Amino acid sequence: MERPQTGSVIDGFTLVERLASGAMSTLWRTTHPEHPGELVMKVPILDPGADVSMIVGFETEVMIHKRLSGPHVPRFVAAGDLARVPYIAMGFVAGTSLAKTIIAQAPLPVAEVVRIGIALAVALIDLHRQKVVHLDLKPQNVMMTPAGAVLIDFGLSRHAELPDLLGEESSAPIGTAAYIAPEQVLGERNDPASDIFALGCILYQMVTGEEPFGRPATLPGMKRRLYHAPSPPRSVRPDTPAWLEEIILRCLEVDRSRRYADAAKVAFDLRHPDQVVVARHRRSAAPPSLAHRLLTLFQKRDEAEILGPSANRRRQAGPSIILAAVDLSGEHDRLAEAILAETKRLLDAREDSWLACLTVLRTEILRETRSVDEQGRSVYINRLVALKDWARPLHLPEDRVSYHVIEAVSAADAILNYTEHNDIDHIVLGARSSSAVRRHLGSISSKVVAEARCSVSVVRIKGSATT
Amino acid sequence: MRIAVLTDLHANREATEAVLAAVERLAPDRIVLLGDLVGYGPDPAFAVEAAERLVADGAICLLGNHDEAAIHGPSGMTPHAHDAILWTREQLSPAHLAFLAKLPLSAELPGMLLVHASARSPAQWPYVTSEKAAAECLAAAAAPLVLCGHTHVPVIYYALPGRMPVSFTPLEHVAAPLSAIRRHVVVVGAVGQPRDGNPAACFALLDTDRAEISMIRVPYDMQETARKIREYGLPDWLALRLQIGR
Repeated sequence: MERPQTGSVIDGFTLVERLASGAMSTLWRTTHPEHPGELVMKVPILDPGADVSMIVGFETEVMIHKRLSGPHVPRFVAAGDLARVPYIAMGFVAGTSLAKTIIAQAPLPVAEVVRIGIALAVALIDLHRQKVVHLDLKPQNVMMTPAGAVLIDFGLSRHAELPDLLGEESSAPIGTAAYIAPEQVLGERNDPASDIFALGCILYQMVTGEEPFGRPATLPGMKRRLYHAPSPPRSVRPDTPAWLEEIILRCLEVDRSRRYADAAKVAFDLRHPDQVVVARHRRSAAPPSLAHRLLTLFQKRDEAEILGPSANRRRQAGPSIILAAVDLSGEHDRLAEAILAETKRLLDAREDSWLACLTVLRTEILRETRSVDEQGRSVYINRLVALKDWARPLHLPEDRVSYHVIEAVSAADAILNYTEHNDIDHIVLGARSSSAVRRHLGSISSKVVAEARCSVSVVRIKGSATT
Repeated sequence: MRIAVLTDLHANREATEAVLAAVERLAPDRIVLLGDLVGYGPDPAFAVEAAERLVADGAICLLGNHDEAAIHGPSGMTPHAHDAILWTREQLSPAHLAFLAKLPLSAELPGMLLVHASARSPAQWPYVTSEKAAAECLAAAAAPLVLCGHTHVPVIYYALPGRMPVSFTPLEHVAAPLSAIRRHVVVVGAVGQPRDGNPAACFALLDTDRAEISMIRVPYDMQETARKIREYGLPDWLALRLQIGR
């Protein structure tokens, strides 16, 4: 095709203005009479003799972008026939490139790092839910908008249900040296945990102003991250909170059995710093001793072994974050026991699943019941004690469980809000049987079942729901 | 245009009926049968008559190696296939054989070549089970898309000029994209004797406007087919393999 220029018309799209463009493609502001709204067109630069991986990358981008939707990707509008006029037309994203923010302002204030980190994790949750791993997550590919993060450029991405034409083209690592995950360096291209590693690199960079692994230009340089941990963020920037360092280093774990498997858990931890358990043992950042280096030399551990199993296995085994909502307002309760048993079955499905225990302190609408007063505080503490006692038989380590006593007028709304805000995968709650209580409480489960946007297990004592 | 691609019916009445019911619901513009109507299965006359009806309604039907063996007698087949063909020949009338004898080795539709085994020497029935075999198949064809069967295992080969094709096992019911800058060999799974580990009958739906092809799986009463295979004294393995999809 002819070189696009201002005023060119391609398949009905008029090129209005050339925007900032890269070496691989030009970007144009464009309009189309049948597609309202501000549009952008990306036209690859495919000169004769262009490397075949450029063409395949663009083919991949079209294939994947057209299957994506939602607020965290540019709206796909149209793609040109690759053999005739290759282009992608998409909605304009009104926002700021995260790269600009980082270049201008990093190191960023902790609150800002957390805000951006949550937005990125939320965008990844949505992308991974659509069966796509980005595989080139970096500040240049993130647009920050008032509504959240928008991920762009799917030229290196992988869709779990489509052929990986790009990956099949080359055995060389495909990604950006500063952010590429260790398993990607070794050619693995199907693990959402790779994006979580890149997210860890971005968090590290926002906190410290430095890229954790630099920008190695060679394969051995990129492989270094399999064996050498970056300097801990607190050694670069001492006022980094320990919990934030913990989150970043868990994103950067080389062994995927220790890395976050789900972006939802990263978002959760960033939102609940008080729930983050700081690990005592970490890979040492100090240069390895001579003895250690000799040992490594003789052990010659298999690289795949260092990486651990793909996080996909854990992701498929069961829900990542489970919410157990239990009513502890009464005396010893068979229903609470049954909820506990059901919760245990769900937790057992996945070794790194995580449980939020929630109980609701009902507040009357008209009466002021604030927990700060003497009596209210003791009610709150008593309920928290009861909640921990309820969960005790699960014998969960502290990094797999959290406890929440929430004051609310409507228990169902409290459960639904918590679920929505924390990307809960599965709710367990009980349904009462006796008609007197059920008028108040039975409706909780039906409302939660009707409105929750995840799976809900409703536990009932067998044979008791007759009234 | 939407095209339903059926292949390797192998005289399996229950699978064929289930697939044809699914095809009817999808209402494609065109139906093509890529051969091997008979062989292995217990209902060869039914399969030939079903194909005759589809052809009368405008379907394209190709010759497969088992159909050829039913006409001329088996040669170079595995013992089970050989025994089944000898039995099959006894079940078919001269009219059935005459229908088979008129089937072509290949056919063309706009932008695609249809063949039972491979575009490379179709009458020798080579198997497209590797990237190399797919490259040879494409080298022998002019069309950007070759549709074939014969292996009973669904797979799509994506080829760029001058490079070894890339193979991809399409997921059931998930449309696989076909690329404008590539040529493709699509090996369609078997209706009557799947061998990819999933015993459900397989056929493909090609959508040329959307440039997508889907492998569609249809469960059927394979116990009944297996019962008939045993009742008619056909090799027991032919009954067993239907139930494990191998």
